[in-house]
Order: sequence, then structure tokens, then C-alpha cells
Amino acid sequence: MSVLVYTESENGKFKKSAFEVASYAKAVADQLGSSVTAISFNTENNDELGAYGVSKVLNVTDDKLATFNALAYANSIEQAAKSESTQVIIVSSSTNSKFLAPILAAKLKAGYVPNVVAAPESTSPFTVKRTAFSNKGFAHTEITTETKIIGVSNNAFGVKENQTTAAVETFNAELNDTDFAVKSIEIDKVAGQVSIADADIVVSGGRGLKGPENWGMIEHLAEVLGAATACSKPVSDMGWRPHGEHVGQTGKPVASNLYIAIGISGAIQHLAGVSASKTKVVINSDPEAPFFKAADYGIVGDAFEVVPKLIEKLKEFKAQNA
Amino acid sequence: MKILVCISNVPDTTSKINFTDGDTKFDTNGVQFVINPNDEFGLTRAMWFKEKQGATVHIATVGEASVEPTMRKALAIGADEAIRVNAAPTDGFFVAEQLANIIKDGAYDLVVAGRESIDYNGGMVPGILATLLGMNFVNSCISLEVEGATATAIREIDGGKETVQTSLPLVIGGQKGLVQESDLKIPNMRGIMMARKKTLNVVEPIDATVATKDAKFDKPVAKGAVKLVNSADELVDLLHNEAKVI
Ligand SMILES: Cc1cc2nc3c(=O)[nH]c(=O)nc-3n(C[C@H](O)[C@H](O)[C@H](O)COP(=O)(O)OP(=O)(O)OC[C@H]3O[C@@H](n4cnc5c(N)ncnc54)[C@H](O)[C@@H]3O)c2cc1C
Repeated sequence: MSVLVYTESENGKFKKSAFEVASYAKAVADQLGSSVTAISFNTENNDELGAYGVSKVLNVTDDKLATFNALAYANSIEQAAKSESTQVIIVSSSTNSKFLAPILAAKLKAGYVPNVVAAPESTSPFTVKRTAFSNKGFAHTEITTETKIIGVSNNAFGVKENQTTAAVETFNAELNDTDFAVKSIEIDKVAGQVSIADADIVVSGGRGLKGPENWGMIEHLAEVLGAATACSKPVSDMGWRPHGEHVGQTGKPVASNLYIAIGISGAIQHLAGVSASKTKVVINSDPEAPFFKAADYGIVGDAFEVVPKLIEKLKEFKAQNA
Repeated sequence: MKILVCISNVPDTTSKINFTDGDTKFDTNGVQFVINPNDEFGLTRAMWFKEKQGATVHIATVGEASVEPTMRKALAIGADEAIRVNAAPTDGFFVAEQLANIIKDGAYDLVVAGRESIDYNGGMVPGILATLLGMNFVNSCISLEVEGATATAIREIDGGKETVQTSLPLVIGGQKGLVQESDLKIPNMRGIMMARKKTLNVVEPIDATVATKDAKFDKPVAKGAVKLVNSADELVDLLHNEAKVI
């Protein structure tokens, strides 16, 4: 009857979101008077999860699952859910989790609610708060099926320590060839670069930067802050930046702690996808730019003057606070 | 190749969002409905398969009669036939089961859905559908090629992209990237006239699972005014001491 949490990892190491979903699972388990079991894939240091309230880890060790495979992972989680008689499964809001969760929902006939921003409001009926209408609203959604899957929005719940001891068990699901019918041919990912989904801080540039040749200062600012870089839609449409960096309603959602928008007007479609970020900073030469209405802090000024100064100040700040 | 494109009827991207009936229902008053942007990219890619590889393209929507203008627009863009499942789309599970029911008898090789619809952002229909039908599934597709029974797709992953290969029948959850924005088709007069004559089949819903229910809606609390600062110094100080984000 434990709460099952799927903890994501990369190269054997847990992602930050794994600790966040574990923290969330612990909050749900406390509400239900139960405990948290995690399922992890090919991870090395599973004891780490104990710090976030996980008391049991089902560790899958299988070379065939070295890279993410939605169906094979969903089947493994399904089998873990059955062996644990789980009624609540928690996943993150990563692209991979959003790929596997509906598969899992169909297999378990479970109601799945993504983009959840807070611990359940009630467990009977089971009601969670999630974003809807591209962050322009919230829905309070009841899950009416016996088994429930919750997708937690990144950075919405936060990482909460809850020290316990995690008992680690090896778990191997039965998988067959059909589970691998979708084959990975190539993964194209810049090693060591922070991705928008995982980032605490996102630095984003818009058409106001005039051209791709000016992105050096955006990258520099991101580097100083340990941030991911992003852009508005026209910027990726014009090929100044890769498509994967386009954020907003039709691009990637951003739910970072700090979002810095430089030379971005703040069109409704852009705001829709980034408004879940906690603190928003806008740098724009036009005091009438709509983004100022949605921002916490703003500088009215030319990005080409403001950004280099900001980089300089942040470097000083880092040196003092190192 | 026979393709079905699932079309979701959603509020236009600039719509202001409001609720009625004690905040239990979405207020459609004054809202313009459009083809879900993620579906529009998929529909346009399907038109490419029609033009280049002779594919047949059907569209399907679960919705009441009010969704027909959106469906006519998809027909005007070039889809051959349309199917409407005559029911209000209550949740992702319900919609997926309705679509699965019409797909299982339709002998479709490829089912194109959007990664998510921009109203409820559930993102569950394509995955549930594929699983119910036992079809291969690739989500967040930004490129799709089909040669014979083999499909090669590129999907977005956090921080990059992944190329995958699989076989038909296939369901994809598509998004921007499937085609260039500049290739999106605006229906012309001839398309609109032809769309009037195309078949729009209406089928009655089957009994289906409803797994979730939106009990109530609300909106984010209005934000306080922006704090305008004059210098980088001041900004760094506020981010550290007030917002505590650096
Ligand atoms: C269906 C649909 C979906 C869409 N989805 C998205 C989406 O997901 N994401 C998205 O971003 N957009 C989306 N859009 C596009 C959106 O409507 C806007 O066109 C877009 O966000 C504008 O990008 P921008 O702010 O970079 O450019 P602009 O609107 O051109 O704004 C540039 C800004 O830069 C400022 N500027 C210029 N020079 C300087 C300078 N030297 N220093 C500082 N500031 C300067 C200007 O004052 C201006 O505010 C969508 C549109 C549609 C129709």
C-alpha cells in the first residue's frame, strides 16, 4: 500500500527532480498514513533517497534499460506498482515522465494528473491542484479511479528533507522484445549543459537581441549563474537558436526559480509558458513592453549595455560569496 | 498509408480565461476556438504525406456539434474526411477510449495527435490511445519520416533530442518542429468550398472510463507591481537579499 515514486537519473546519478518527487511522495504518504517506495533505474547510490523520506528502493539494474525507453520503463513501473499493491504513483514533469505516464495510466486504468503544483488538497475525494490553460488558470482535479498517478510540476513543491533509512532491493521486471519496439538510434545532447527542465535559473533572449551573433553575452550570463539558456519563439523560428530552446505555450514550459527575459516583449503565448517561474526579471528598452506587468523586477534599458554590467556585478558577487 | 489526425478544439492562444457556474466551468463566452497548435503541426505533416506519398488523411474530434467549424477548417486545409464522436470531452481517458474505438476498425497506419492540447494541458490522449490499441508510440515528435512500414522520428528530450526508429502502426504526439511554421496552411477559398462537400461522419460515443474530474477552477492571484531598478548592482542585491534566488 506504499506510495510509489519513479526517481529519474542520468548516468547512474539521480536528477534533482528525483529528490523533489520523493519529497512529494513522502507528503502524500504522510497524508495516507503509508510509506514511500521508490523505483530507480541503474542508479549507483540509492541510499541517498532515504534523506527525502523514501524507506524502500526497488533498484532496476538492466543494461537494456541504460537509456530511457518509455514502454519498457512503464512496464517495469507497472510491475513494481503491482508487487507493492500501490495505489498512488508519483512522477516528475520531465519530457520522459510525460511520455511514460499516460502509458502507465492506460495499463493500470489509473487517472493521471500532470502539472500538479501542491500536495493533495484532500485524499477522499483525492483532489490535487494543477495548472491548466497554459498557466492562465488552476484546476482542482479529483481522481476517481482506485489507482492514481500524479505528475509533479518542476520546482513547485521543492525538495524537503525527511531523514529515514532506505532499504535497497534489486528489482527486475519481466520485459520482452515488443517492449523495445521503439529503438533509440541517436541521442544528441550537449554534455554538461544545464537543460531548461532541470534548471533553477533560466536566461532567455528574444528578438531584441537583433541576431545570433549577440548570444555570447546570454551564454556568458547563463554560465555565471549556472543557468540554462532559452529563447522566444521567433528567435528559434529564424534559426538563431535551436528549437529545443524555444519556451512558451507552444515550446518548453519553464518553472524555474529565476527567469531572466532579455529583449522579449512578453506576448501572451510567451508568458503562458514561463509564468510558473517564481521570480521573473525583465530587461527591455521599451518601458511599455507587456512583460513588465508580469515581472517581479525590471530594468528599462538597452540589453547591450545592461547585460555586460550585470555579468560583471554577478562575478563580483560570486567572488565575495564563494 | 492511411493517417488519422486527432484534432482538439481549443481556445485561441490569446484568449482570456474565465470561469462560470461558481468556478466549475470554463467560460466560452467571447472565446474563439481554433485547431490546437500542436495538432496543426501534425495535420500539416500529414498533408505532406498526402502530397508526397499519396496518403489518405482523416481527422477525428471528440466533441459536441460546436466543434464542427474547427473540423471544417481542418478539412479546408486538405484532410479527406472527418469523424466526430458526439460527446463532450470530459477527460483524457474518456477521449482516448472514444478515439481508440474508431481507430480499431479504421485500419490506420499512422495516428497523429498533439503532444498536449493547450487548454487542459493533459498530454495523455496519445499515450493512452497507443497503449489501448497496442500501437507503437513516440511522444514530443519534432520530425517524422515514413518509408514502407518503418518510421524514423526525432523526439525532444530535456536538453536535446533523440532519434528513434520503429514500425507502423504508430501513434505520435507531435509538436512544433514536425513542419516549419511557414509551411502551416491557411485555408484558401477553394479549400473552404471543397470542405463543405467533404464527409463529416458523426458517431455516437461508447461507454468509457472517466478517471478525473475538474471540480473547480481558479486563477493565479494578481501580481504586485514590478519593482523597477536602475542598476545591475541593485538588481543583484535584490535577487540575493529579497528574492533569495541567487
Ligand atoms: C499560436 C501561437 C503560439 C505561440 N507560441 C509562442 C511560444 O511558445 N513562445 C513564444 O515566445 N512566443 C510564442 N508565440 C509568438 C508570440 O506571440 C510573440 O510573437 C513572441 O513571443 C515575440 O518574441 P520576442 O519577444 O522575442 O520578439 P518581439 O515581440 O519582437 O519583442 C522584442 C522585444 O525586445 C525589445 N528590445 C529591442 N531591442 C532591445 C534592446 N537593445 N535591449 C533590450 N530590449 C530590446 C523590444 O522592446 C521588444 O519588447 C506564439 C504565437 C502564436 C500565434
